[in-house]
Amino acid sequence: MRDDRPQSGKRRAWDEKAFGDNRGLFETLGSRSAADPPYASPMSDSPIPDSNPCSLMPDCDFWSLRYVRETCETYEVRKNVQQPLRLSTDDGVMATAYCDGGYGYAATADTSVEGVRAALQRATEWARASAHRALVDSRELPRPAPQGEYASPAAELPLPTRREWFELLRHESSEATLDPRIVDCEASVQVLSSEQRLVTSGGGEVRQHFRYVYPSLGVTAHANGETQRRSLNGHRGICQQGGAEILARFGFVGAGKRIAEEALELLAAPNCPSGRMDVLLMPDQMILQIHESIGHPLELDRILGDERNFAGTSFVTVDMFGTYQYGSNLLNVTFDPTRREELASYAFDDDGTRAEKVWLIRDGILQRPLGGAISQQRARLSGVANSRANNWNRPPIDRMANLNLEPGDAAFHDMIAGVERGVLMETNSSWSIDDSRNKFQFGCERGRMIENGAIKHVVRNPNYRGISASFWRSLARVGNADTMRVLGTPYCGKGEPSQVIRVGHASPACVFAGVDVFGGAQ
Amino acid sequence: MNAPLDAPAARDVHTGSIEDSFETLAGEIDRSLKAGERYTVTLEAEDSDFVRMNRGRIRQPGFVAQRYLTLQLVRDGRHAKHTLTLTGRPSEDRARVRDALANLRAVLPELAEDPHLLLPDVVSSSRVNRGGPLPSAAEMVEEVLAAGEGLDLVGLLATGSVQRAFASSEGQRNWHSIASFNLQWSLYHRADKAVKSSYAGLAWDAGELRGRMSLAQDRLVLVSRRPRALTPGRYRAYLAPSALEEIAGLLAWGAFSGRALATRQSALSRMQESARLDPRVAMAEDFEAGVAPGFQSEGFARPARVPLIEGGALVGSLVSPRTAREFALTANGANAHESPEALVMNGGDLRANDALAALDTGLAVGNLWYLNYSDRNECRITGMTRFATFWVENGTIVAPIEVLRFDDTLFNLLGANLEAITAERELLLESNTYGGRQLTSATLPGVLVKQMNFTL
Repeated sequence: MRDDRPQSGKRRAWDEKAFGDNRGLFETLGSRSAADPPYASPMSDSPIPDSNPCSLMPDCDFWSLRYVRETCETYEVRKNVQQPLRLSTDDGVMATAYCDGGYGYAATADTSVEGVRAALQRATEWARASAHRALVDSRELPRPAPQGEYASPAAELPLPTRREWFELLRHESSEATLDPRIVDCEASVQVLSSEQRLVTSGGGEVRQHFRYVYPSLGVTAHANGETQRRSLNGHRGICQQGGAEILARFGFVGAGKRIAEEALELLAAPNCPSGRMDVLLMPDQMILQIHESIGHPLELDRILGDERNFAGTSFVTVDMFGTYQYGSNLLNVTFDPTRREELASYAFDDDGTRAEKVWLIRDGILQRPLGGAISQQRARLSGVANSRANNWNRPPIDRMANLNLEPGDAAFHDMIAGVERGVLMETNSSWSIDDSRNKFQFGCERGRMIENGAIKHVVRNPNYRGISASFWRSLARVGNADTMRVLGTPYCGKGEPSQVIRVGHASPACVFAGVDVFGGAQ
Repeated sequence: MNAPLDAPAARDVHTGSIEDSFETLAGEIDRSLKAGERYTVTLEAEDSDFVRMNRGRIRQPGFVAQRYLTLQLVRDGRHAKHTLTLTGRPSEDRARVRDALANLRAVLPELAEDPHLLLPDVVSSSRVNRGGPLPSAAEMVEEVLAAGEGLDLVGLLATGSVQRAFASSEGQRNWHSIASFNLQWSLYHRADKAVKSSYAGLAWDAGELRGRMSLAQDRLVLVSRRPRALTPGRYRAYLAPSALEEIAGLLAWGAFSGRALATRQSALSRMQESARLDPRVAMAEDFEAGVAPGFQSEGFARPARVPLIEGGALVGSLVSPRTAREFALTANGANAHESPEALVMNGGDLRANDALAALDTGLAVGNLWYLNYSDRNECRITGMTRFATFWVENGTIVAPIEVLRFDDTLFNLLGANLEAITAERELLLESNTYGGRQLTSATLPGVLVKQMNFTL
């Protein structure tokens, strides 16, 4: 019933269930007081308790505590009207216990010593009660004792005041409402701060402090029975760690008028043609393509079957690693938690594994899965530090973090020049893929025809479909670093119980040859 | 008498029920309010055990206790909300609410007056406690795994109590507590060939569970047959209620929203003009079905029934208080997202037991998956078949199929190509647990479609 949470459970995250226009599950969070804005809480003032782990000492083989405190402020102006300010503060701790070969967890918002002790006790009880039926023998699992810290870039630098945020958003909203055919427009910014502390029974302690900024602009135009929507890199596609520099990086100021003009242009544009042709996907569509047809199929817990009842399985099997030709030899994909501004950069995952850059696909050949320490143990495969939970009240599972397509050597104008007939597509608007992550169909907000090596007119409702196992082999050109954008989504959905998590994707523009393209119904 | 928010507590220990604690906090906010201020406060709480299973064993068992309180302060047409976690310790929770109230007071002068603020002018209190007692989660999961012994079973058991509450400075008090379980599981043959089942409710019956497991095993035998790879094209299709649930779920994503309709962003916008579904199609938001509370987050009481589609025509929408004020409509208890929480579709005259015979030759679709719009203007939808979907000949199941992608409009599926609607309907309780367990549901029949367009 909290109104910033989707109610039906049917709103869609990027994956099986997603959140369209949603304010996201986790726009939670806010400031503790007007004088203590969320973005200015240095780690030394962390409200996360410094309780002495030794005083808790549950009767189990191994335990860990993961404290999370997130704050968020959401500023929004819709059709020139300031929307109600929403603040939130979310505190809690996840206790995990290994006992007699079993595993259990318990999460509580009561972070007092008594509260944490009770959670550890409950986690231990679950570990004992389930040991005789445990899928994984916890006695064989690693017992991490990590030490370290992490902080987002510019995490301590001040941000604009509330008045300044609202003024900026009001300006963009006003610029976007340039024509009576603009029937809706939203300009918003979310600022989130997340402090996390992981403590393990072996003496491990990790503190990480993240600051995220999500600016968003969207415009809807309508005339003569036709509605078209245009946004700045999709709904919260701009989501990075850092501060106000993120808005400048994406040209936020002045974008309201531009995307409104583009929405109006789409109203008058012809439908995208149908047929087999080349597509040039811009980074704000590439990130979806990477996410759905490389990221999810490579998640090791899917491959091991954990997600089969919900998010699905994978066409990738454990025997493919090291030999399978995933794409053309231009395809290079990395798990890269080291790109500082990217949304899911961190020093340690939520199981305490140190994070480092790893090639998942090199020169088209599949190298490694996206699997954390527990999945690696189960599958006897090397993986990455991607065991992640979206909050204190969910256990870690294998997730994407930063999953990037490495740049190639093609200049943008050369990529255009090399297309005889095709469509340039930008900004994802529709996504659907089967539960093995193979047969997909994706749509974009805006298309532009490419004919004889030159960009021509705008087309609306551009869609394409394909099969992951063959699509990446049609990768014909990979843009150079100048075409690269660092984007992502805060809304990657997966897991039982369900979790929506932040993932980053960086990608250049790419050309795919001979793709099945089509347009809208009329 | 309760202490005001700034009074120290003698001992900060858990006392009383969640309902008592909420009432106490609301009373304290009442006494802390200053002249000219109004407030609303909502609670979303749960104590849940989650047991994740894979390959007939336990993958991740755990317990989550969470209480999210959202305080809204209103003064001079300005308002803001602060959501915070409660610990269950009275003194700490009182301090957090006190801080939130002080913070909101400090923030309001910075904000503009809100022309779309609408608060209820009628006090409508209520109190509902349903469900329980339930066996422990450990006992339940033992029964599940015993019933599925030897099978490749994967799924989730979610069980425990869920609360929603509301209070306001006008004296309104609403309490809604449900003790329930929701078991979703799949039995796998291999790769993507599986049967998905569910058992959800307010009272656990091990016999009922074993019956459902037995039915799933019978279906698993059919799923184990050599699959049929169909070429894309148009096929007759029977969509079971669990398949239609995915279509209803996509429509829940703004199609019935008063605001989306007013701004022509709804996938059903064509129905504001001449487009119609088959005259037998009727849908409504019906709070007498399902488990949703009878109040929404601003405190508006929900009417028992909000008609949405009747005789194939769009006759209503879900209108939140903000939308009502902005577009001069009447609020009808919708949440801020204007998504249905208890959608019902009327049944027809086809007996469910006769559905395969009526299908004759075509696809029996047990589940659809990952739907999205390929052209929202035309309510054109794409998605996949999943789980138990079979090729049927002469009313008899022949083989499971390799998954197919469909791409078709709602106006075809529930319009020109709708052949029959089953008389029986299923109450499908939402199983997603994003952020917390949900109290939404859909009550749906199966539908027989003359042809459905498959593209990949």
